[in-house]
Amino acid sequence: MQRYLTRWLDIPDLRRIEVYEAHGGYGALRKALFEMTPEQIINEVKNSNLRGRGGAAFPTGVKWSFIPKDSKKPVYVCCNADESEPGTFANRYELENDPHAIIEGILIACRAVGSHTCFVYMRGEFFTQKQIFETALGEARARGYVGADVMGSGFGVEITVHRGAGAYICGEETGLLESLEGKRAYPRNRPPFPAIQGAFGCPTVVNNIETLSNVPHIIARGAEWYKTMGPASSPGNKLFCLSGHINKPGLYELPMGFALKDLIYEVGGGILDGRKLKAVIPGGSSFPVFTAEEAVKVNMDFDSVRAAGSLMGTAGVMVMHDGTCMVEVLRTVAHFYHHESCGQCTPCREGTGWIEKLLIELEAGRGRTEDLQTLLSVATNMEGNTICVLADSLSMPVKSFIPKFRAEFEEHVRLGCCPFKEDGATPHATGGGDGVAQTPAAAPNRLSAQSTDTDAEADN
Amino acid sequence: MDQHQNGFDPAAVAAIGSRLKDRPGALMLILHEIQDRFGYVPRGAAPIIAQALNLSRAEVHGVATFYHDFRHQPPGRDVIRLCRAEACQAMGAVALAEHVRGRLGVEFGETTRDGAFTLEAVYCLGNCGCSPAMVLAGELHGRVSLARFDELLAERKEGRR
Repeated sequence: MQRYLTRWLDIPDLRRIEVYEAHGGYGALRKALFEMTPEQIINEVKNSNLRGRGGAAFPTGVKWSFIPKDSKKPVYVCCNADESEPGTFANRYELENDPHAIIEGILIACRAVGSHTCFVYMRGEFFTQKQIFETALGEARARGYVGADVMGSGFGVEITVHRGAGAYICGEETGLLESLEGKRAYPRNRPPFPAIQGAFGCPTVVNNIETLSNVPHIIARGAEWYKTMGPASSPGNKLFCLSGHINKPGLYELPMGFALKDLIYEVGGGILDGRKLKAVIPGGSSFPVFTAEEAVKVNMDFDSVRAAGSLMGTAGVMVMHDGTCMVEVLRTVAHFYHHESCGQCTPCREGTGWIEKLLIELEAGRGRTEDLQTLLSVATNMEGNTICVLADSLSMPVKSFIPKFRAEFEEHVRLGCCPFKEDGATPHATGGGDGVAQTPAAAPNRLSAQSTDTDAEADN
Repeated sequence: MDQHQNGFDPAAVAAIGSRLKDRPGALMLILHEIQDRFGYVPRGAAPIIAQALNLSRAEVHGVATFYHDFRHQPPGRDVIRLCRAEACQAMGAVALAEHVRGRLGVEFGETTRDGAFTLEAVYCLGNCGCSPAMVLAGELHGRVSLARFDELLAERKEGRR
């Protein structure tokens, strides 16, 4: 398997421009500027069938082709560096280790759509990453890759970094645009789509970091090379973020379509403490959960995961073993979406709150069986009734957790407590005799006192 | 990021406003600068910014309170941000949160009585491979066990002397 997104594992100091250049860096930009027309760039990316890595999987070349060719207004490129989906950390590694690939991708995208300005919208939590990226940007500017005259071509591009301020909704592209304009990040109704009316009322392309860092490799080596990796419908390699109850959590570059079973048991070294797999969230916290039986049959590409009833999203794969309380997990998911609902649409603002409240009660053993029906009904009424998909991002987990782990929810009601808590304030569970009061071991806290390292393994 | 001047200085806010007011998306940039400088966005800043940008105070207040990162009270000298999302939770973030609250004697969103630390919750720091994660004084730490937290806290207190 060839690795191109995580070359930094083989090339020390790839983040420095002289090292990046020595390994072919900015060669794709040269080709895009001097050997290709903007149409050819768009066609090459279209041909490669690169699909957006931010979660929506929209074909990137097609998105670029929506930008009007004869726009009287300026055209903007926005790099979405607001990676905030819980369980996802690919962009953080890319910013830290290969910032020039992102910059080169941005410059090629600008050339393709005729933009002279790129805004990089970076989440506030990425303070170190912002410094690293801006250092790289300074290097690129000093070498003439960024500025009024890119590589002497006469084509100018300025790139500026904007900081987010801890709002998940800014990862939604129109929320991002509002925030960029200095407003509350209320997502916009579409149409008009950003390609027609995006940032500051001008045509805008919004691309994720990982999408953009694929672009230089496609331009340098061609769409045909790109299509040799992964399935035809979603080719290329993908950065998988593996976390949770797994022996070797971390970031792994693998071809699209990689079997989830192998990701967990081969690459990830299996389940922590030799326990049994219980569930997997395949794409970040907002997508339907897989049971262990479903998970081992799925291949990780956009269409296969969709066909199996979930979505690949950002490929934030969260693994849970048999000591996990699914009610508690869902409560955590619900708390997050309630906390992050922007408050613009009533079904989402109220619905996420109701769902969280019901789940707090259920997890504490104070719920009723009817609450499960109420949860499903609230979730259904949120779906599709809001401007953006944040409501769906909670509705999907609710509508998969409850049917797939219904017995566990009902057990909380029957016992009047959480069966997974070791100290469990368990007023009603002492009766025994009914055969259900067995207490699984409490979720273990594997707390190694070792290093504080923030590096994940990626020894695929 | 936690080095800042305490105390609200209207003239400094006005200067930040007039320096940045013509940049695209100025309001966010201005709020960030103010928080970098003072550690929070003082209540009295809103009318000054509103004037600089020709916005209503309500608009400025709306934006300043929309984003979780903007504080409205001065923080402690160091800010501790604990991740409370699913991956960290799977690896012991709940126990860690208990421990930290006990150690510091504060709830999330509060500052210790000596003004040393403010405890904040955060949802995903993008360090899920090394859960549980936290940020202490602008630095990201992974695999934070209870003992490791105590160590880091002690180091930080030590370093300050």
